[in-house]
Amino acid sequence: MTTPLIEIKNLHANIDGQEILRGLDLTINPGEVHSIMGPNGSGKSTLAQVLAGRDAFEVTEGEIIYEGKDLLDMDPDERACEGVFLAFQYPVEIPGVRTTQFLKAAINAVRKHRGEDEIDALDAVKLFREKMKLVDMDESLLKRAVNEGFSGGEKKRHEIFQMAVLEPKLCILDETDSGLDIDALRIVADGVNAMRSKDRSFLLITHYQRLLDYIVPDFVHVLVNGRIVQSGDKGLALELEKKGYSWVEKEPAAATA
Amino acid sequence: MIRLSDEAALQLTLNGTATEWLRAICEQGAAKFAELGLPSRRHEEWRLTSIKQIAETDFSFSDELPALSPKDVARFDIPGMAASRLVFINGRYAPDHSSLQSLPAGVTVLPLMEAVSSHGDLVQQHLAKHADMTDEAFTALNTAMLGDGVFVHVPDGMTVEQPIHVVNITTCAGEPLMTNPRNLIVAGDKAKVTVIEDYVCPDDDVYFTNAVTEVVVGKEANVTHYLLERESRKAFNIATLNIHQSESSNFTSHSVMLGGASVRNNIVPVLDGEHCFSTLNGLYLTSDKQHVDNHMRVFHNMPNCDSRQYYRGVLDDKSTAVFSGRIIVARDAQKTDAVQSNANLLLTDTARANTHPQLEIYADDVKCTHGATIGELDDNAIFYLRARGISEAAARGMLIHAFAAESLERMDIEPIVELLEAELYKRLPEGKMVQATL
Ligand SMILES: Nc1ncnc2c1ncn2[C@@H]1O[C@H](COP(=O)(O)OP(=O)(O)O)[C@@H](O)[C@H]1O
Ligand SMILES: [Mg+2]
Repeated sequence: MTTPLIEIKNLHANIDGQEILRGLDLTINPGEVHSIMGPNGSGKSTLAQVLAGRDAFEVTEGEIIYEGKDLLDMDPDERACEGVFLAFQYPVEIPGVRTTQFLKAAINAVRKHRGEDEIDALDAVKLFREKMKLVDMDESLLKRAVNEGFSGGEKKRHEIFQMAVLEPKLCILDETDSGLDIDALRIVADGVNAMRSKDRSFLLITHYQRLLDYIVPDFVHVLVNGRIVQSGDKGLALELEKKGYSWVEKEPAAATA
Repeated sequence: MIRLSDEAALQLTLNGTATEWLRAICEQGAAKFAELGLPSRRHEEWRLTSIKQIAETDFSFSDELPALSPKDVARFDIPGMAASRLVFINGRYAPDHSSLQSLPAGVTVLPLMEAVSSHGDLVQQHLAKHADMTDEAFTALNTAMLGDGVFVHVPDGMTVEQPIHVVNITTCAGEPLMTNPRNLIVAGDKAKVTVIEDYVCPDDDVYFTNAVTEVVVGKEANVTHYLLERESRKAFNIATLNIHQSESSNFTSHSVMLGGASVRNNIVPVLDGEHCFSTLNGLYLTSDKQHVDNHMRVFHNMPNCDSRQYYRGVLDDKSTAVFSGRIIVARDAQKTDAVQSNANLLLTDTARANTHPQLEIYADDVKCTHGATIGELDDNAIFYLRARGISEAAARGMLIHAFAAESLERMDIEPIVELLEAELYKRLPEGKMVQATL
């Protein structure tokens, strides 16, 4: 039996006293690609943010075991250093912090955590060039402030580029597909597919099944009202596409995959 | 010994000069100071800055030049900056520590008191003509006591490549000292020069620096002024910069406030010809109980002039800052284009910033914008950085650096920028790490 990369058990989370996640269970094994679909406001981003360690959300019940460790006990930066990566639905603009500066700080933080030396300046440039190709990102963005004035598509590519640079174990993509035209979507999906490996897992959060034509998931879960109500394979996404979310909203909760 | 709060202090001991015209200037200053008295908190322009401690400290004056070793003075060098240097210690000119070799022929750079004898006509023509005493008690006080400072004269069409670095050192272990540095900078038509006014202290003495600098910017001339406040954390500093700009001239001021217990920075450009450009850039980094008050008054007297004010501050601990910027656009000053912005970053709940952008516009065809912000570090940005593995301290350090760097990027002397960056890294959380990523 494989050891799961992450096990989420009976997760309840609040914001401002309002319960958003209401008993969520999910297990992801190494190398698996899971997709979470769900209507707007169902709690998809909340789950992503809780996994990344955003403290605005209060976990009131349940646990998250990541590589055998208590994820909820780790600071956001520690989680990132341990291989958890969130591609933000809304990447944050940081005026005055150049993208290269930001990337170097991030790489070196992760390296330090692993007991490795800081990256050499030339190696960093090489690494950035190589990974930028993966998502066809314009090199000029590196010289600009983090996400500042980036178009919606540039921001999303930038997230996947960072993911490629940091080589995490658990990649959480929160609606990376939204705001991308079909060509950009294909490029981003190719980048993600190139990163798939037996040790790396993905959690693809999306509202539309379109993304899943390009990144084919092993499992699809439907999140409604803070709970997973249906789980299945790729076929579930297609069925959802046809019947709409109102179909599952009425269905009784099924066992998780 | 003098205590400014005493009635008797209003009868000031004058500069004591034998030069008649200069004595007349000092007497005018003394009379004005006697008339105005010290401003209280009820005075509109001093509402947010208390001078109580200045008023109630017994200050002495120094008659002698303390002996400092070259090493003591070299501490305050700006590494990598080739400059002409004048050093004043406790208000006295220190020729042994100064070096004025590399000046082009025709350019005069001298201690003011020497220039009063050697270039009397030139000094008399400009001194006290631009420092407005109408409602400025400290300018009146400075004028009455009139201490030594730098005199710079750049004739028409001449450029002084190397900056002129004026180092004001105060050292007065245990005995509070008062100095009244007076500087006069005259740039002829199409002349170009940079002057750095630097205030430093080797120890952590209590003293009061009350400086006044007059700058005359000729037609099409280009003058840059730096004020570096790196004094003792117990020092009081009031620095007043009065600028007179002629047609098509360009004046740039950079002020950096790092030291001092209580600091007041008055800058008053008078745009007195068409097509002038005036830039006032400033950065204050305060901590402990420091107080910094930046007071800008920009007079647009003529049409078609532009002015820019960019002031930013990072406030830590229980420190406080005031920004008061007023743009006064005269009736005839049509097509004025004025921008004023002040941004404050509060690092603690106990730091306080007060910002008062003001417009006083009498012309009808003008473009004036002002903006002021007081805020904390952006939680979303901190989380985003942490979600990439960067520690909270380093994330804060990076964001503070980014905020302050905007002011430094406007400065044109690289060694000064480096010096200030280094100072910034020392103060930032995880400063070394932030520096390493740049
Ligand atoms: N910062 C917040 N403050 C208050 N309510 C929030 C916040 N973030 C999300 N919510 C609420 O939580 C619910 C779930 O939001 P979210 O997780 O963003 O949904 P999804 O990503 O599935 O669209 C919504 O009702 C939303 O209004
Ligand atoms: Mg969402």
